[in-house]
Amino acid sequence: MSMGSDMYRQQILDHYRNPRNQGELPEPSFTHEGYNPSCGDELEFDVALDDDGETIAHVAFRGDGCAISQASASMLSEELPGMTLAEVDALDRDDILDMLGVEVTPMRIKCAVLSEKVVQDGAEIYTGDGDEADRTTTEDDA
Amino acid sequence: MEATEQGPIDVEAVRADFPILEREVAGGEDLVYLDNAATSHTPEPVVDAIADYYRRYNSNVHRGLHELSQEASVAYEDAHDKLAAFVGGEDREEMVFTKNTTEAENLVAFAWGLNELGPGDEVVLTQMEHHASLVTWQQVADETGAEVKYIPITDDGYLDMDAAADMITDDTALVNAVHISNTLGTVNPVGELADIAHDHGAYIFVDGAQAAPTRAVDVQEIDADFYAFSGHKMLGPTGIGCLYGKRHLLAEMEPFLYGGDMIERVSYEDATWNDPPWKFEAGTPVIAQGIALAEAVDYLQDIGMDAIRAHEEALTEYAYDQLTMTDDVDVYGPPGDDRGAVVSFNVDGIHAHDLSSILNDYGVAIRAGDHCTQPLHDTLGVPASARASFYLYNTRDEVDALVAAVDEARQIFAP
Repeated sequence: MSMGSDMYRQQILDHYRNPRNQGELPEPSFTHEGYNPSCGDELEFDVALDDDGETIAHVAFRGDGCAISQASASMLSEELPGMTLAEVDALDRDDILDMLGVEVTPMRIKCAVLSEKVVQDGAEIYTGDGDEADRTTTEDDA
Repeated sequence: MEATEQGPIDVEAVRADFPILEREVAGGEDLVYLDNAATSHTPEPVVDAIADYYRRYNSNVHRGLHELSQEASVAYEDAHDKLAAFVGGEDREEMVFTKNTTEAENLVAFAWGLNELGPGDEVVLTQMEHHASLVTWQQVADETGAEVKYIPITDDGYLDMDAAADMITDDTALVNAVHISNTLGTVNPVGELADIAHDHGAYIFVDGAQAAPTRAVDVQEIDADFYAFSGHKMLGPTGIGCLYGKRHLLAEMEPFLYGGDMIERVSYEDATWNDPPWKFEAGTPVIAQGIALAEAVDYLQDIGMDAIRAHEEALTEYAYDQLTMTDDVDVYGPPGDDRGAVVSFNVDGIHAHDLSSILNDYGVAIRAGDHCTQPLHDTLGVPASARASFYLYNTRDEVDALVAAVDEARQIFAP
């Protein structure tokens, strides 16, 4: 009927109710948090790299917020292991929307991409390209 | 028929003046517009007033001696008188047109606060202030060395008036309170707060953004020193707000913005100021908006503010009762029979933004988020809430549509 109802397909709701990889890693290579002021969504990701320092081995996250932001984080946490930081850096909005597999209404894009932004900014800080003090927000991203 | 069922407003006749209410959204659903605390819709006579101004006598005010400018100037000045009277003020000298309520707050903060406040002075706000005043006075306090204090709320969303009596002291320079909370719906005893403030030589600024559109307001009965509200929440256009100020205060205050029209005499070295309200309306002002807002006042007063209030109170109580019939809904603020026309709530397990997205599928427009009261939401212990807010054109059927859509969301999110 309209776009909105499509956002809440079973897969999204399943990841929202039963988030994968929720929790903490014992020895993360880096940790980064982010915030989406429009919904008040919060996410914090732990990422552990392989010995090559390039490839993601494990991911865990903690979060609170709307179904779109939390399902996106859960689904991304399943995609990330095996990816290199360069590949993570190359992710864009369309990749995330493809991953979610639903039509996200324009006002909710910020919720959808928060997880991607948090991991990308965390990786940037880890590799020395980002400002340590920054907390990710998706305010300017819609 | 509607009139007897819902109170003294002929809602069907009113709705005919608002073509936007006839439109469909979400691919074929009837629009159910319950976001009136954010902005109200604009009836045909007000749209016509804007069009008529631009079609017939568009012109700058106070500058031309030609006929168009005279007509525009008279209409614009008369609009000040009408808006002053709308809230119980005497005439145009007590009524400044601004951009919105937020700018009215900033006007007083800059023109009075920055000049008059200093270390040792206190500005007393409430925990339910809108960011419009909360952020503004925080910054002025930061700049001047004054201190901001917040009157706490009780568990059921009322102002703690015992605490208010303790917190407002001889150190208090200004009390700033919302007349009706845009989140809790609480109707604050602003007259009582004014008395306490005045007992201590302090001024009171009342934020009437949610009150002026929905009930008869009398600034003299409240004894408000300043009273602000926004045009777009009371059937007027965006881009205009109103600041009532007591005559002697506006006369004594420094200007806010400098430029044309706010001056009396200018030399290369200096300038003197025009009289209120023009002293505070620098540059070409909100001419079309002011004239249209006066038309909105006529529209509201033709129906009657008491009738509008009665209609809204009935709808609000009905919505409160319907929403709280299930245990998984938390409504914030006072009971349904003692509040302004807003109902903020959360449904267990459904984030307010998810709820709002699903409601939109059923044509139901509500607000979801922090409603520009983040600290209050922190106090309530929730990141966001859903808010339904009602106006003169809403019906019980629309409340039923809201409740039905909430139930659909509940089904989608059911474990």
